[in-house]
Amino acid sequence: MTTTETQAKQVPDQYGRFGAFGGKYVPETLMNALAELEAAFADAQADPAFRKELGDLLREYAGRPTPLTYADKLTEHLGGARIYLKREDLNHTGAHKLNNALGQGLLAKRMGKTSIIAETGAGQHGVASATVAAKLGLSCKVFMGTEDIKRQALNVFRMKMLGAEVIPAESGSRTLKDATNEAIRYWVSHVDQTFYVIGSVVGPHPYPYMVREFQKIIGEETRAQIREMLGRLPDEVIACVGGGSNAIGMFYPFIQDDAVSLRGVEAAGHGIQTDKHAATLSLGRPGVIHGAMTYLLQDEYGQVQEAHSISAGLDYPGVGPEHSYLKDTGRVHYTSVTDDEALQAVELLCRTEGIIPALESAHAVAEAIKRAPHMSSDQVLVICLSGRGDKDVETIQHALETRAAGGEAQ
Amino acid sequence: MSQRENRIDRLFADRTRKRFIPFLTVGDPSLEATFQLAHGLVEAGADLLELGVPYSDPLADGPTIQRASQRALANGVTIKDALELVERLRQSGMETPLVLFTYINPVLQYGIDRLFADLAAKGADGIVIPDLPVEENAPAVKAATAHGLHVISLVAPTSEERVRTIGEQATGFLYCVSSLGVTGARASLSEDLADFLQRVRSSTKAPTAVGFGISTPEQVKAVAPHTDGIIVGSAIVMEIERQRELLADPDRVEEGVERIKTFVHQLTSALQ
Repeated sequence: MTTTETQAKQVPDQYGRFGAFGGKYVPETLMNALAELEAAFADAQADPAFRKELGDLLREYAGRPTPLTYADKLTEHLGGARIYLKREDLNHTGAHKLNNALGQGLLAKRMGKTSIIAETGAGQHGVASATVAAKLGLSCKVFMGTEDIKRQALNVFRMKMLGAEVIPAESGSRTLKDATNEAIRYWVSHVDQTFYVIGSVVGPHPYPYMVREFQKIIGEETRAQIREMLGRLPDEVIACVGGGSNAIGMFYPFIQDDAVSLRGVEAAGHGIQTDKHAATLSLGRPGVIHGAMTYLLQDEYGQVQEAHSISAGLDYPGVGPEHSYLKDTGRVHYTSVTDDEALQAVELLCRTEGIIPALESAHAVAEAIKRAPHMSSDQVLVICLSGRGDKDVETIQHALETRAAGGEAQ
Repeated sequence: MSQRENRIDRLFADRTRKRFIPFLTVGDPSLEATFQLAHGLVEAGADLLELGVPYSDPLADGPTIQRASQRALANGVTIKDALELVERLRQSGMETPLVLFTYINPVLQYGIDRLFADLAAKGADGIVIPDLPVEENAPAVKAATAHGLHVISLVAPTSEERVRTIGEQATGFLYCVSSLGVTGARASLSEDLADFLQRVRSSTKAPTAVGFGISTPEQVKAVAPHTDGIIVGSAIVMEIERQRELLADPDRVEEGVERIKTFVHQLTSALQ
């Protein structure tokens, strides 16, 4: 048994708890569906045929393994640690989201469900779900906040092209949180026929655990690739955290490697001293959102507060419960970067490496820009480049033009 | 409070009568209106009142109660106001059982022990927490029991074998969710409802009350034989929304309350 498997037995426990976090805080109507999902997932994981089918799809359809790229020009520019990029942007549909959507889509089919629903913020999980639905012959509804529909028009169109129905979520702040509320409400009403494909390591048990299991391929590949390339493990691994699925997927296989420093980067929006940020782990308090106990941006009465980030995928007032656990245990260090720092990181990565990162992933790049110069040239830093930035070009253009005109980025 | 008999238990000691349980969102359209409406509903035949604490992310609620929550939140209403409303209702002589309906997060932020102590001190009788299944409710049940209050459990048509566990643990009354979905008025109720309610009643000693989707006198009449109580939320909240201008106007609030009473009276008359 590897160390990774030992860890999997520790968290979550049988109640879906990562220490004090996680659990199942959902309406009774959903409890049996969650129990069925838990049993079906355990059964699928133990079935070599399921693992082979998923493995084949990941290899032949998604294009895995994704490369680990040495960012020589960026390394040279920053003058410190050697920087490697885990290229989830090269995964089919342009982000890590497909790893999980394929896994859950196959599980939905195995459970005899004919329709899937999904929530989406930036649209990447919506696109991944729509893609999987098309490939596996399922119908698909994607819930998306009207604010995000506006700023991610390209992905909305992609989902429609792929045959999905995009359902606008009008409630609350009209972003990812509200899209998730609407998806859960729809699921409560159609729980018999519908499989809810949650896009991050959030929600009630078993979702945070299941999504981690489908995303840990990112870290497993990275671990093998860096060993193959350098014969050693990295000194530091950096990933952005909204709900936190790319980060958990990247970190999890390194959790037992104490010498590998792990850094999660949240969105500081206009700055953590302002009220416009999404720095849940830095500034939140434990509470319940979307069925899980986790750090949460909330007021003193427990009303959920609106998050802000230029990146729709990080614009979430909660965070996966395992991240809350990893923060409290101290295994992962969480920090945040602002909208402006993320934009600067986009520009730098474009010009040095010829890669347009997603605004989400640019937060991880921005943290590396701060860290690398303080590290020595024999140290190795890996960035999880969770997605590509094509979807964000309009937002980036608007923000850069606003900045050039002397205004504040949106 | 822990010494005296809980008002919910006293109410359901006589199971020959069917009980009517309306829901109000606290602070919609104003705290004063909710106070007046609570009295009005009792005059119109309510046997127990469910007082909804407005929440930013009410996952189990449909659009009607979501809108009511938003209006109340815009008025700055908090769980503290709900507690003060309970106190004021008691001071005004109301002896009807009162339960708070709130999502779990406001409970956690207030502090579980502190909340149950305050609920008991102000004169509430129990609490409904729609996102707190039995697996997670032990700390709340412990605190409630210490103060002579009930944590009202919910059971759903999808509960299947869970019905037995939930039924065995239920105290106060058992809240039976009539159909899949969130709160909100429905044109028709499930044909399997009678079977479901039969299963629930055979697995619990607690009285049952059916809610989610009941909105018309005809539905009340159809469901009543299968349960000890009927819960109506969204239909009343929608009527309050229609009358909100009257209800929010201090000079015309009584006229607004009369209209709600007339509406509710149709439902309570269908019950007996």
